[in-house]
Amino acid sequence: MAAGDIGARSFGGRAAAIINNPSVRGLVFQIAFVAALVWFAWDIADNTARNLQKANIAAGFGFLDRTAGFGIVQKLVYYTEASSYGRALLVGLLNTLLVAGLGIVIATILGFIIGVARLSPNWLIARIATAYIEILRNIPLLLQLFFWYFAVLRAVPGMREKWTFLGIFHINIGGLHVPRPVFADGAGTVGLALIIGVVAAVLVARWGRKRQEATGQAPPAGWIGVALIIGLPLIAYFALGRPISFDVPVFNDQGPILRRGFQAGSGMTVIPEFFGLLLALSLYTAAYIAETVRAGISAVGHGQSEAAHSLGLRNGQTLRYVVIPQAMRVIIPPLTNQYLNLTKNSSLAVAVAYPDLVSVGGTVLNQTGQAVEMVTIWMIFYLGLSLLTSFVMNIWNRRVALVER
Amino acid sequence: MKKLIASIVAGAALATAGVSAASAGTLEDVKAKGFVQCGVNPSLIGFGVADEKGEWSGIDVSFCRAVASAIFGDPTKVKFSPLNAKERFTALQSGEVDLLSRNTTWTMSRDSSLGLMFVGVSYYDGQGFMVRKSLGVSSALELSGAKVCTQTGTTTELNLADYFRSHNMPYEVVAFEKNEEVLQAYEAGRCDAYTTDASGLYAERLKLTNPDDHMILPEIISKEPLGPAVRQGDDKWFTVVKWTLFALINAEELGLTKANIDEKKTADNPEIKRFVGVEGDFGTGIGLTNDWAYNVIKGVGNYGEIFDANVGPSTKLGIARGLNNLWSKGGIQYAPPIR
Repeated sequence: MAAGDIGARSFGGRAAAIINNPSVRGLVFQIAFVAALVWFAWDIADNTARNLQKANIAAGFGFLDRTAGFGIVQKLVYYTEASSYGRALLVGLLNTLLVAGLGIVIATILGFIIGVARLSPNWLIARIATAYIEILRNIPLLLQLFFWYFAVLRAVPGMREKWTFLGIFHINIGGLHVPRPVFADGAGTVGLALIIGVVAAVLVARWGRKRQEATGQAPPAGWIGVALIIGLPLIAYFALGRPISFDVPVFNDQGPILRRGFQAGSGMTVIPEFFGLLLALSLYTAAYIAETVRAGISAVGHGQSEAAHSLGLRNGQTLRYVVIPQAMRVIIPPLTNQYLNLTKNSSLAVAVAYPDLVSVGGTVLNQTGQAVEMVTIWMIFYLGLSLLTSFVMNIWNRRVALVER
Repeated sequence: MKKLIASIVAGAALATAGVSAASAGTLEDVKAKGFVQCGVNPSLIGFGVADEKGEWSGIDVSFCRAVASAIFGDPTKVKFSPLNAKERFTALQSGEVDLLSRNTTWTMSRDSSLGLMFVGVSYYDGQGFMVRKSLGVSSALELSGAKVCTQTGTTTELNLADYFRSHNMPYEVVAFEKNEEVLQAYEAGRCDAYTTDASGLYAERLKLTNPDDHMILPEIISKEPLGPAVRQGDDKWFTVVKWTLFALINAEELGLTKANIDEKKTADNPEIKRFVGVEGDFGTGIGLTNDWAYNVIKGVGNYGEIFDANVGPSTKLGIARGLNNLWSKGGIQYAPPIR
């Protein structure tokens, strides 16, 4: 190549060089792709809006302020038929959070126990755990939901009868009836005392651990913690002249049949739909979590537990101090998936009349006809909840992850 | 590469353009594809239900067949889409079905904000309650404090709330997604009462283990005019469906039945002559043939015949004509004349 050629090519060459530059080209294509995607999404939204308008279907979120006019069987916040659609959706949202939150706790505890049990050297325990996992994992959740709901319904006494446990827990087909706490002035202070007790107990536990690491002596931090958590609120309760009283459920077995049974408005009732759904969700998800836990434990090298045994740790201690902490690194990411699944599966609630967001939203949708808006609300909520769960789990994951030193 | 992207973009543009393109008239579409797509209830005895052989029956189903007869002269040229309460309006709005004939209550909000048009009333219904006889209740006004099971996504939840609120009675509603679960929960004793449209209560009662242990309370707490609905903005299709319903009612008034219409066709009655299309030009005016009404009656019978065959006193449901009798016989079924 002669030197003169370079000058002749230099102008056109620079443009060609920019076009041929892989990073520039990549950028251009990416921008073009994103632009096309945005245009596509906008076009769909615009189209939908125009079609709705053309078909004379009302649009917008104004309906959320209108009076709902229908009743909801379980509400954690104040709600009557005169409340707004927005309020009704809030009730549904809280119901979803309640069943998902409790379901996650129960499924986790149960899943860990079963997962460890499946690896147990005890033949019977391991086989029972295997059977549990294989049966529950392989039956569709909806069928399990129907099974538990109708099993619960058929197993308990009818509306005009009851079973009583410990004098204060009553069960019948209407649900679990328990005394409802009524908070008077000063109840907040008792709650504050409980929070202080819990915080103090955590601090004591930390101090206890540090002391054990430093001196080898373990102070009775657990007992001190229990005393703080129970004692502080109790002292506050009596010092303030018992600000919390209980509204006991009233059971009537006289008079016309419809009047018999637990009286509406007395005590607190946990509906059977809630139990059915909670039971199905936690038992089903526990089977998956158990497998996750088993995988995590199997991922920890056998040498680790052998080493722990040779140091004189017993089986339980080996599991708690050596195996589980290392297994957690493997367990947490798939565990997050299970939590997300459980939350999303809770939308099956409407099948057994539990008023979750999908169920209440369905009624709102039918009464207002605002399908696009309602489906948008559903999607945003479940997406938001899933992202939030992932966020929290990722923080935890970062804490237990292997730190290279 | 560039070609590929260009074609993807072009394809996307075409796809979205396709969504926005308005379809031709429903009547032309239906004639072109050769059948009516009809949204019906899959599990309500007497209104819309399929037997084990997949044969559909019920008042709403017969209405779909009547429309098919009017257009094609053949009641079998119809395909059914089973729809639940929540899906039904979206299915109609989106064009998935041409006609919704699924015991649907005509209300103002459905006319005003859902983009629907009800063609008329094919069954005058009202919401009622079913209870166990052992409860010792004889009126809905005694249901104070009751737990009530119902299906979600219908007008019944609202009527129920209105009724109990206006009578100052506490209540609890347990709302399921599907009829089947409502009935199971009611039978298990989860609820004191089951509420839905009275016609539905008669149908659901038959599915209970001991139907005789249950009774339907006399109170009707709401007006539930059930009727077929079409999309707004297609007047031609609306007219065809509307006059099919009127033809069914007019035929009963004129004494025309599936069995006697051939013989009465030649009668010297101007009203009948117009009805069967011997005189006048009514059918072509709505985009059909002049013997459209004759075909409807030949295909499915008149309104009274459909009622009696599906829900009438001789069926298991045993519902009396009541409000659904002709205006001339003490009911309120009335149709504008064909002339």
